[in-house]
Amino acid sequence: MIELYVLLVAMLAAAVVAIEIKDLLAAAVSMGMVGFSVAILFILVQAPDLAIVQIVVEILAVVFFAAVILRTTHDDSTVQLRITSRMILPAVLYGIFVLMFVAVMTSVLRELPVFGSPLMRVAGNYLAVGLNQSGAANLVTAIVLDFRAYDTIGEAVVLFTAVVGVLTIVRQIGRKADAGEEHA
Amino acid sequence: MVPFIACLLLFLLGLYAIVLKRNIIKIIIGFSLMEYAVNLLFAFIGFKQGAIAPIITRLGMTQDFVDPLPQALVLTSIVIGLATTALMLAFAMRIYEKYHTFDITEIRRLRG
Amino acid sequence: MSRGMTVIVQSVTRLVAGMLFLFGCYIVLHGHLTPGGGFAGGVLIAAAFILVSLAFGSVENVEQHRYTFSSVFESLGGLGFLAIGLAGYLAGHQFLSNLWPKVGEPLTLFSAGTIPLANIAIAMKVGAGLFAIFLALGASRFVMKD
Repeated sequence: MIELYVLLVAMLAAAVVAIEIKDLLAAAVSMGMVGFSVAILFILVQAPDLAIVQIVVEILAVVFFAAVILRTTHDDSTVQLRITSRMILPAVLYGIFVLMFVAVMTSVLRELPVFGSPLMRVAGNYLAVGLNQSGAANLVTAIVLDFRAYDTIGEAVVLFTAVVGVLTIVRQIGRKADAGEEHA
Repeated sequence: MVPFIACLLLFLLGLYAIVLKRNIIKIIIGFSLMEYAVNLLFAFIGFKQGAIAPIITRLGMTQDFVDPLPQALVLTSIVIGLATTALMLAFAMRIYEKYHTFDITEIRRLRG
Repeated sequence: MSRGMTVIVQSVTRLVAGMLFLFGCYIVLHGHLTPGGGFAGGVLIAAAFILVSLAFGSVENVEQHRYTFSSVFESLGGLGFLAIGLAGYLAGHQFLSNLWPKVGEPLTLFSAGTIPLANIAIAMKVGAGLFAIFLALGASRFVMKD
């Protein structure tokens, strides 16, 4: 499993670069590297469904980021090395949160099953009766569209809301600003 | 244990970007990183050593399968994450057209 | 060279876009047998359309047509999924329960009851929705600015 640890390190390094780099386009590309690392990690933990979705979604996410950045600016003018006074309060709050998070997570990590041996209390039943009751050989699809189809309805509603929100926010200014009517 | 800790570190990195960065695009990248961390943690929890992906390729298979339930939950979450990221990017673009900056402190000063 | 990308990109796009669309359809239709399903296939189909409109650029009124069609297809996908759920309810089971799961031989294309139909509905919804988001963000007109 050495490749898993190599990919985890690459993922964390790319995340640091994506947060700290000055050029926003480079930040978006670094975020894409994090996403592709996640996709390969999905393959390593035997989740090919997730890997396919993650790869294609990551391509589209980088395209969306590039569209917005090329339309506006790709220079992050807020990157600065010296510490100003208005950064102190968020930094202190973040430090307090990190301390609490680590304190909670040390106990949670003790409770979690060891990596490589899940509990499978619910999924054992799905694995036993999945092919007979739903007829689908891909058990992930059987769960998504048969056993837990309400989740999928909720997903469809959220997706519809997001699409309507994007169209409402962007469409009218995209057209009117070209004609020079609003916010010239 | 080490993969779980890496997921938590990625989560904290994303939260750092959200709390301490002043550029809106960086904040959206932070949201994406947190989402990846949670998805990856789910997939890691379902992993079983020496098992194969939960797809039946012939009748009467006897191999072990990994846990399919976290995979089914994450499958919807990934697509929702892309849609919400696009929504946040649309907001960012609208803010830039009004204020000509991505700096959130400048935006606060220009309000009203 | 008025709009769109260079001739190299356009030639490669002519070769690849059809295959990408076909591969998306394959992933959707075999979602109950192989890895994939409505989500992955829908995003792949959206990626095929996005590739074409990035490579060849677009005119304003053509984009208006594309926007209308993607809205219609997204609504059709959502309605189709709800109709499949209602069909399970009207047949006397719970909402969204699978009709005829035993029909057809397992591990073949025509099996698993309504799951392939639900996959197609989800794929239409996801693909059309993401393509509408792409058109709204206006990438096809701004990528080749300089």
